[in-house]
Amino acid sequence: MTQPALLTVSDLRTYFYTGAGVARAVDGVSFTIGTGETLGIVGESGCGKSVTALSILRLVQQPGRIEPGSRIMFENQDLLQLDGAGIRRVRGNRIAMIFQEPMTALNPVFTVGDQIAEVARVHASASRRAAWDRAVEMLTMVGIPAPAERANQYPHQLSGGMRQRVLIAMALIMNPALVIADEPTTALDVTIQAQILELLADLQQRLGTSIAMITHDLGVIAEVASRVLVMYGGEVVEEARVETLFTEPHHPYTEGLLHAMPRVGRRQERLAVIPGSVPPPTAWPTGCRFRDRCAYAWDRCAREHPPLYQIGVGHVSRCHLADEPERRTARATAQVSPAAQAAVPGGGA
Amino acid sequence: MTDALRAPNAAPAPSAAAGVATGEPLLSISQLTKYFPIRRGLFGREAGAVRAVDGVSLQVGRGETLGIVGESGCGKTTLGRCILRLIEPTSGQIHFDGIDVRALDPASMRRLRRRMQIIFQDPFSSLNPRMTVGAIVREGLTIHKLAAGAEADNRVRQLLEEVGLRPEYASRYPHEFSGGQRQRIGIARALAVEPELIVCDEPVSALDVSVQAQVINLLQDLQRDRGLTYLFIAHDLSVVEHIATRVSVMYLGKIVELASAADVYREPVMPYTQALLSAVPVPDPAASRERIVLTGDVPSPANPPSGCVFHPRCPHPAKDAACTVIVPPLEEKAPGHVAACIKQPPTTVPWHAQQQAGATRQPERHLPLAAITHGVSP
Repeated sequence: MTQPALLTVSDLRTYFYTGAGVARAVDGVSFTIGTGETLGIVGESGCGKSVTALSILRLVQQPGRIEPGSRIMFENQDLLQLDGAGIRRVRGNRIAMIFQEPMTALNPVFTVGDQIAEVARVHASASRRAAWDRAVEMLTMVGIPAPAERANQYPHQLSGGMRQRVLIAMALIMNPALVIADEPTTALDVTIQAQILELLADLQQRLGTSIAMITHDLGVIAEVASRVLVMYGGEVVEEARVETLFTEPHHPYTEGLLHAMPRVGRRQERLAVIPGSVPPPTAWPTGCRFRDRCAYAWDRCAREHPPLYQIGVGHVSRCHLADEPERRTARATAQVSPAAQAAVPGGGA
Repeated sequence: MTDALRAPNAAPAPSAAAGVATGEPLLSISQLTKYFPIRRGLFGREAGAVRAVDGVSLQVGRGETLGIVGESGCGKTTLGRCILRLIEPTSGQIHFDGIDVRALDPASMRRLRRRMQIIFQDPFSSLNPRMTVGAIVREGLTIHKLAAGAEADNRVRQLLEEVGLRPEYASRYPHEFSGGQRQRIGIARALAVEPELIVCDEPVSALDVSVQAQVINLLQDLQRDRGLTYLFIAHDLSVVEHIATRVSVMYLGKIVELASAADVYREPVMPYTQALLSAVPVPDPAASRERIVLTGDVPSPANPPSGCVFHPRCPHPAKDAACTVIVPPLEEKAPGHVAACIKQPPTTVPWHAQQQAGATRQPERHLPLAAITHGVSP
């Protein structure tokens, strides 16, 4: 990464104090995002990727809490030290968020024009007239046909793809330095998803915005991200440039995800599987959190929580295989059949 | 995998449902339609209809997996439910193993449902939270009088094992299980009555990638062992390519392309299929990023476009006024490969007929995707 860091998250811990115990949803996550960069954050449900995003904007609700010792440096201030007014000046203004559900993220009783204009009225104290004009301008920028008429419509009168464009317009109206997009295309059809990804890439190029793209879809990551964090069990388990991650994944979880995914144009006899399912955040396994599902795991993995090992330039992996690489080659030659296919009962059962 | 699917007799199937995937189709549908009326005003006057399924014909052979893909609102789910008469079709024929399904009285229909089952998309809402897993799986056995008492208990345990769950889970409730495990429970419930056909309606869409692979492999194993026939409905094109023998693509209630999975994915003919395939994000940062980005949204099925329903968004270079007038027939473009497009030769709509409808451009072969997919490493 050559750009100066815009956002530096260090040792972020967000715990939820529930009746069933302490859920360590985000547990010691550190990363940076450079100016104008797109960072992909990938992982399955329950890995902590969405809570990480909410923590940055301090939108974590009770019984969740960001633990002392966490730091989120953005534009030379620690977001966790700001008071209520201070964080509100950052939210929607310097850092904006695009949510997954374009149906629920918009208010059904206001026109979309009003909702976009509201952002400008709150953050820039724009006049009603000026804010409205700016809203229509934003709708034009995100490629909504007949923007002046559309601004007067209510969310239910727009299609899913249109609503997502409205949310993008809302996010970009203050020209934020960072946009956090949490599964922005997951609820959309694939042809509409292609339109939205193209729009985001185009806007980023024009405006120089940094983007944190949170998704479970490795295909989306490959298209948009330059650097990728893979999360599992509330931790970053691998970080690499996107080309490196797809060609030389190091962590067995990353490797498993890449193999478990059917791909268009590459029909295979049988899909590789990662046995079992993600354990609940109240009971991460000791040592390596992936070891129950890992084909390589040995006794050290249960004893010792792996640190992030340096694999190459800008490439780190939370796996003891970095220390004992001969174990990977030994297993690769010994193994013929895929790992046990039967469902290992998950933590929930 | 194709070969494994085409030869279910390679592994002896336990039930009478076993058979070879050749000859008579197990399921045959012709001109099936489902219109949902739109009512307006005080007296519920019929103001139009949503044409959810609009004249669909297809056949599914024994032991085969027919994939049905399309975007939301294309009618794929309605089609699946119409086949089981969970939704009553408006018109058309459904034949299952030679039986005219639409002519059956309710009692005979219930008996037939033993042979055709469904697996739903959402593993959270499709299982009754007040019933134990055992009771859920057992219900079908009781209703169809297949087993009772200790024998039924044994069957439930066997079924749970077969789908990769522990038999002792029978006494637990659905909320105690993860999404993937619930989907296995749904599969066990469907299998309990030893069906021949299973309509799989987005069975893995709600699951994480790693768990999705487990369930797909399970469905394939069960098919091989039991000689099952699947109608596999999904929006995820890569999943369908992996599991299906043949694939049909739906758009606005109609089938627009139908061929073997290999043909559809290697050389899609219908411009909509081409755009759909090119829009799938490729999990390879080095892959070429050429794609056909369609403009606009899917039109409303209450008011579909005239002529070819895809014409307002179609990127085919020979698209012209004729496309707005002529309804393209689903016709053979290559052996065993049918598609609905009058601008992709060969077509049974002759040039003079197209000219009468205002055509200005001769049909021409347009296969932009061949270059894209073939550019990707094998």
